[in-house]
Amino acid sequence: MDKLIISPAPHVHSNNSIEKTMRQVIIALIPTMLAGFYFFGLGAVIVTAVSVISCVLFEYLIQRFLLKGPTTISDGSAVITGLLLAMNLPSNIPFWIVILGALFAIGVAKMSFGGLGNNPFNPALAGRVFLLFSFPTQMTSWPEPSPLSLQYVDAATGATPLVALKGYAGEVPSILNFLTGNIGGSLGEVSAVAIIIGLIYMLWKRTITWHIPVSILVTVAVFSGILHTANPEAYISPTYHLLSGGLLLGAVFMATDYATSPMNARGMLVYGVGIGIITVVIREFGAYPEGVSFAILIMNAFTPLINTYIKPKRFGKIMK
Amino acid sequence: MLKTFKIGGVHPEENKLSAGAKIETVKVPSQVVIPLAHYSGKPSVAVVKRGDYVKVGQLIGQADGYVSANVHSSVSGTVKKVDVQLDASGYKRPAVFIDVDEKDEWDEGIDLSPELEKDFSFTKEEIIEKIKYAGIVGLGGATFPAHVKLLPPPDKKAEVLIINAVECEPYLTCDHQLMLEKGEEILVGTRILMKVLDVEKAVIGIENNKKDAVEHLTNLAQEYDGITVQALKVKYPQGGEKQLIDAVLNRRVPSGKIPIEVGAVVMNVATTYAIYEAVQKDKPLIERVMTVTGKNMKTPGNYWVRLGVFLSDVVEQAGGIPEGTKKIIAGGPMMGRSLMNLDIPMAKGTAGVLFMDKEEALREPDKNCIRCAQCVFVCPIGLEPFLLMNQSEREMWDEMEQNRIMDCIECGSCSFTCPSTRPLLDYIRYGKSTVGLRIRKRTSKMT
Repeated sequence: MDKLIISPAPHVHSNNSIEKTMRQVIIALIPTMLAGFYFFGLGAVIVTAVSVISCVLFEYLIQRFLLKGPTTISDGSAVITGLLLAMNLPSNIPFWIVILGALFAIGVAKMSFGGLGNNPFNPALAGRVFLLFSFPTQMTSWPEPSPLSLQYVDAATGATPLVALKGYAGEVPSILNFLTGNIGGSLGEVSAVAIIIGLIYMLWKRTITWHIPVSILVTVAVFSGILHTANPEAYISPTYHLLSGGLLLGAVFMATDYATSPMNARGMLVYGVGIGIITVVIREFGAYPEGVSFAILIMNAFTPLINTYIKPKRFGKIMK
Repeated sequence: MLKTFKIGGVHPEENKLSAGAKIETVKVPSQVVIPLAHYSGKPSVAVVKRGDYVKVGQLIGQADGYVSANVHSSVSGTVKKVDVQLDASGYKRPAVFIDVDEKDEWDEGIDLSPELEKDFSFTKEEIIEKIKYAGIVGLGGATFPAHVKLLPPPDKKAEVLIINAVECEPYLTCDHQLMLEKGEEILVGTRILMKVLDVEKAVIGIENNKKDAVEHLTNLAQEYDGITVQALKVKYPQGGEKQLIDAVLNRRVPSGKIPIEVGAVVMNVATTYAIYEAVQKDKPLIERVMTVTGKNMKTPGNYWVRLGVFLSDVVEQAGGIPEGTKKIIAGGPMMGRSLMNLDIPMAKGTAGVLFMDKEEALREPDKNCIRCAQCVFVCPIGLEPFLLMNQSEREMWDEMEQNRIMDCIECGSCSFTCPSTRPLLDYIRYGKSTVGLRIRKRTSKMT
């Protein structure tokens, strides 16, 4: 008999893997991506492709030539960063801006902190906010939905529903259009139904737990509900808060990013409540019409603190 | 909805390949080496010497101290020597080497008739004395002396006896088969334990993947007052004492305390059978059922094996080592120990031998922690395995103690589930043993 393998227990593994987890997230993103492709046409396809390809390429180049180590692009995490970055961009944004965003997301927000699992901030959101500050005009000119159009940078633009809701410009679309995604906005945030399909898939596959998305959405609904009840003239109704802007996309796909969210159920609830409150505060009282990205990044910064002070429910109490 | 424990847990593939296989008896080879040590507690002291003739069931090792148990000869023959022997723990520990004769002569007073002995009129003290003499230890794996569990501290009173028939380890089926073949004896054993503990209620907890055992014991239990059978949802590590109490009684044993704190005493089902034999038949613990299994085994099965028989002899009679074996495990795949070879004697705690081929045995290389928190969600104690591993790597012992490392039951759910295949439990074990040592040093200084 050959030599035997000696190792400590457990001797079996669940066959969970990073690749499997990432594949589940990518599958969950497919409906959202397809909705974007449908409503924004060619531009959405170009932006998504450029974003994914450049994220993967930057990760490969940095690992291969700067770090001179093994590459991990096959684990799928760079693909997800690319997809999520694209979902957060307008479909008419010039492709070189997308490349810059990808470079910031992968190069600065992810790889400079040590790669997968070590980044304190969500790379795709960091990329998006970097672009928002650097290219405010391009990042806030949102194309009108125009199913299967072949236009890219020259697509007609208009106000997003959140801007319209605040009474600055444009008309507020119907709830049905909110649900399907026939509204202006970044290419992945428009279709509520597509995002919820992704959420159900990830909950079914246990890729994520319910704690983060539900706590964010409930907090936003309750907080904006209180404001709206107090003064319906000044504050947007909870229904629109939930359906408009990047809230659903953020709550389902961005805030649930493993590396940047707390690591137990109680911590996740605190984190979700924090995101919900900050989102409504920015939307209602801030200068920006949209605040989900900032809310998530701010709570990302609190994640280590939450992990330190909020512990999971332990088995059995301590007796003296 | 079936009952189960509330925090964490995983679902490993069950692979109960030997389920339903009748328990066969392994022939006694020409030499046995009977270990005097168990996993827990002090080794017993040999009371025989070279050249002595011993009969089956004769005392050969005297318990030494409180947490220690008697050892009896499992064969008749001549003592060759008393020496050390490498056992499944990985250490060389004291053992009695015996050359077996062919007479299989049993010690006087042991009732070898197969008839069920239902009635008993012993006092509590007599029963405990019999159990203590018979050298009965927990057969679920921890091998804690059974009589110690039956003597709760004077200020505590047991309310419920729980018989642990969960067998949550994948592959193992020895308890399952024992319940099917010796159901009535187990129930008598349960009644005996109820008398000792002076409790009115006993619950036999069985995972629902053993429906035939649940049904069989439920039918039999109608004849026995106070005994109920509780089917449990299949979830690992339900066989953990604290998890089982949570599942059955919905009570949680406090950190660092034993089950009696919440009024429960837990006894393994095979131990209960051994107690029946010790009390009703005066038969000491000299054999047990074990499972010999593996995906490449032609006939995975369950066997009655006398203590001290080398695992190599058992495996030979069970069909030999399967082709392509790369790992041999004593016990189940979640908590068992991998062996260097089969030249290891059968001990009281050996519940199985499991063969794995290369594909099943190899661990994937570990990758970055992606902070997915799955280890936290599956931990049945509510610990943070990722954090404990980090702290163990950095030797942050005080912080580990604060994070309740000593509560870890080493079930392996964290390592099992980690998508980055990180060796979480390896580091946690290292940390736990170091922290445990520091705590012992500190408390001994104080007193």
